[in-house]
Amino acid sequence: MTRVALTGNGAVALALKQVEPDVMAAYPITPQTEIAQNYAQYVADGAVKTEYIAVESEHSAMSSAIGAAAAGARTVTATSSQGFALMWEMLYIAASLRLPITMPVITRALSGPINIHCDHSDSMGGRDSGWIQLYGEDAQEGYDNAIQAFRIAEHMDVRLPVMTMIDGFIISGAIGPLETVADEDVKNFVGEYQALNPLLNVEQPVTVGAFDSLGGWYFEHKVAQNRAMENAMGVIEEVGAEYGVLTGRDYAHFKTHEIEDAEVVLIAIGSAAGNVKSVVDQLRANGKKVGMMKVRTLRPFPYLQIAEALSGARAIGVMDRADSFGAQGGPLYLEVRSAMLEAQSRPQIFNFIYGLGGRDIFPNDIESAVETLERAAAGEKVSPTRHYLNVREG
Amino acid sequence: MSKTSKAARSSRAGVKTAGPATGKKKKKWDFRDIATWGPEKHEPGAVIPESGTADQYETGGWRTERPIRDIEKCNDCMICYWGCPDSSIVVKDGKMVGIDLNHCKGCGICAEVCPRDAIEMENEIQARKEEEV
Repeated sequence: MTRVALTGNGAVALALKQVEPDVMAAYPITPQTEIAQNYAQYVADGAVKTEYIAVESEHSAMSSAIGAAAAGARTVTATSSQGFALMWEMLYIAASLRLPITMPVITRALSGPINIHCDHSDSMGGRDSGWIQLYGEDAQEGYDNAIQAFRIAEHMDVRLPVMTMIDGFIISGAIGPLETVADEDVKNFVGEYQALNPLLNVEQPVTVGAFDSLGGWYFEHKVAQNRAMENAMGVIEEVGAEYGVLTGRDYAHFKTHEIEDAEVVLIAIGSAAGNVKSVVDQLRANGKKVGMMKVRTLRPFPYLQIAEALSGARAIGVMDRADSFGAQGGPLYLEVRSAMLEAQSRPQIFNFIYGLGGRDIFPNDIESAVETLERAAAGEKVSPTRHYLNVREG
Repeated sequence: MSKTSKAARSSRAGVKTAGPATGKKKKKWDFRDIATWGPEKHEPGAVIPESGTADQYETGGWRTERPIRDIEKCNDCMICYWGCPDSSIVVKDGKMVGIDLNHCKGCGICAEVCPRDAIEMENEIQARKEEEV
């Protein structure tokens, strides 16, 4: 294992290079551009044998990836924001054809107003497209998740596409330390690609994407898709544990910090989890019973495990870097709130929206969220509507 | 993961291969009782483990014009065969023997490209009435 300094994008591109998929079909978009660029450079340098398809849009990127995967190739792409949105209809096709494509998503706000900075509007919007979703906190997790994604997607009980998120600019553009895995270890970990019903097998011709009309089996295929998601719940854990044996960094659906006796718990996803952790440590030093949870797997959502882990808390704050306009709160909040109906006890749950369009979040913002939760835990009536962190009101 | 999914997978006709073009020839897809199939019995992704299955599905039902061939004029040049976008020109032993009306959409390309004006497009409803008589 080697320690290097790389940007988040550089780390993810390196992971893809080490896996060396058969096909990469990508279109550059801020802040993902460096991945498309670095990978094109690997191909130009002869460092990988991957077929690089330089497409004219993200709709074509995902369409090409679908075609390549259906043909029987291990396939990747990568995107952000508007590019993600342009892939929309094809995201559903990739998932419903059960093609194990993997895709790093460098999260960025969706327009408008036009904004190139980080939030989770893009990937959160795709949470019901049938893709498995893994969120990373930093470049290391982005790198590790990108490698594990192949094993999860290609598992014969899963066969679903996987997207792995890191935060745009905050992680993708910042240089940080990265523990890399040796090329050979990565190749052994992901193993040889097993195609299922490949189009290019002339000895067993197949039909892909056939019409299924009224009286057909669309409904049964949707049930099968969700069962594959349920299977993924265990596969993600198995792969995460095996990766831990290889690297010393094991992965589960979420990570908790100081929650055993915590009265108030903050839940975050993405890079802000690091900020929350440092604030929790400071508050703990002052004797406050505060804990946190960092969510990695959003799809499939590990609601039973989360309900069990959080049932001891009195007040929970869910931090969302995206909103679900007109809903009760942001997407992660809706998931956690719903999950907690399965909990032994019923903590109060509040939503904190932060960081939209790349707005910074400071330690005092996180402290103010904790204060709100503490007031609720002490019995004070706190508004159940969204609370915004670091927004200008006036 | 679950036992049911493993059992179901072994009954699937699909082939896992280490890459394209290495699978063994499989027997024909047996879907006689497909009306009763639950989610686990189908191939993942609604893949049909056979090719050319559109042949078994009538798609010519919404044709408004029907190509009628004049056998006297036709010299089996096969230009209509290459022009047809739906593989509906039926050929046997090098001869043009008819038009597959289960798949012909009535686009008229065959009539347009025929160098001997051996194909004419006729109103479909009229043609059906004539058929009944």
